[in-house]
Amino acid sequence: MSEVAYLAPSSPEAAAAALARAGAQPLSGGTDLLVQLRAGRSRPDVIVDLKSVPGAIGVREAAGGFVIGAATSGAVLGEHTALVKAWPGIVEGANLIGSTQVQGRASLGGNLCNASPAADGVPALVAARAVCVIVGPNGRREAPVEAIATGPGKTSLAQGEFILEFRLPPRPARASDAYLRLIPRTEMDIAVAGAGVNLVLDAAGAVTEANVALGAVAPTVLLVADAGAALVGGKLDEASLAKMEAAVRAACRPISDKRGTVEYRTRIAGVLARRAALIAYQRAGA
Amino acid sequence: MSKTHVTTTVNGDPAEFLVSPRMTLLDALRDELGLTGAKEGCGSGDCGACSVVLDGRLVCSCLVLAAEAEGCRIETIEGMAQGGQLHPLQQKFLEHAALQCGFCTPGLLVASKALLDVNPDPTETEVRYWLAGNLCRCTGYDKIIRAVMDAAAELRQERTAA
Repeated sequence: MSEVAYLAPSSPEAAAAALARAGAQPLSGGTDLLVQLRAGRSRPDVIVDLKSVPGAIGVREAAGGFVIGAATSGAVLGEHTALVKAWPGIVEGANLIGSTQVQGRASLGGNLCNASPAADGVPALVAARAVCVIVGPNGRREAPVEAIATGPGKTSLAQGEFILEFRLPPRPARASDAYLRLIPRTEMDIAVAGAGVNLVLDAAGAVTEANVALGAVAPTVLLVADAGAALVGGKLDEASLAKMEAAVRAACRPISDKRGTVEYRTRIAGVLARRAALIAYQRAGA
Repeated sequence: MSKTHVTTTVNGDPAEFLVSPRMTLLDALRDELGLTGAKEGCGSGDCGACSVVLDGRLVCSCLVLAAEAEGCRIETIEGMAQGGQLHPLQQKFLEHAALQCGFCTPGLLVASKALLDVNPDPTETEVRYWLAGNLCRCTGYDKIIRAVMDAAAELRQERTAA
């Protein structure tokens, strides 16, 4: 076995410098990385543990919106009452990943950067229009969540870059979100398809802003602008829901595999988006 | 290969060990500290046989690098019985015959205790979801769930009496 080093840098700059080295691999909760190490699918020379970087773990409120440390475990997110109240869809997506044990470690940053098309933590983050704060050798930059994964297992992050935190927009009074996925059992499985919907309503209950994101129906999580636009202006009447479903199905580019066929995934993506929209609408206090 | 010196607290006692960067916490517990209660079932976080509590969080020790445990409190199955007195969960597992081969049992006990520590009065559904990451290929789970529910009831009684 080749020489491997473990580093736990305590500043963002030190982490970026460590990750800039050839063969460096970031470690967050480790629930994907340790499996890949064991299987020989990842062979890093340096493992850079990001959990000691200030800001990487924890949830805080800043400038009217929540900031989620990218390495914060699902268990911590689920216990954060204020975050659950404002963004129940983001938290339910994160909490669907794996078992209780996995929830004790697995993070949204890791889930995003592992870049599985079926990542349960990602669609609701995309629908929330969350922004990644990325630290690298040349300083900080920001990018929307949907710009990170470029295909299965691939990201747009440059060597040395890592996601420090996710910034969520300020939450108006009548707004909420939801995430639903389909699996053939009740727990501990990978999504056949998933849908995250984020809605903002006006005082009369009409939708003023809507974002719909899909998982497991394309090489990356999709933000479907037409689907969101179909819901704006109405109160989730049947015509707008049908239009939204059609836009969702038109955007799907899934594969057929043992979890589901192209036809099945495309069909249920629409169903999931509709149901998630109805849940988000109810949660928003309509 | 460079070794990392790791200082932890295991079941309340200080414990130090040297680890290679890729060594898992499970391997450190078993091979460096001789605590062989936690088992390696799958090595990929699917079966829960290696469950331990790390700084108050239930985790799979096969999915944690030993080096990550620096400064952490670790609780394992070895710390569950107190001076030869079985924990009520252990006693109920015996009474309900909630184990056959026993390989999954340390993980199930550690996971069940972690549940009852935060939720003393769980519903059967809550127990089943909480333990979804602990696989048992012998019992069919029903006796395990009954044992956990019964232990929870006994612990509640003990608390009321105390």
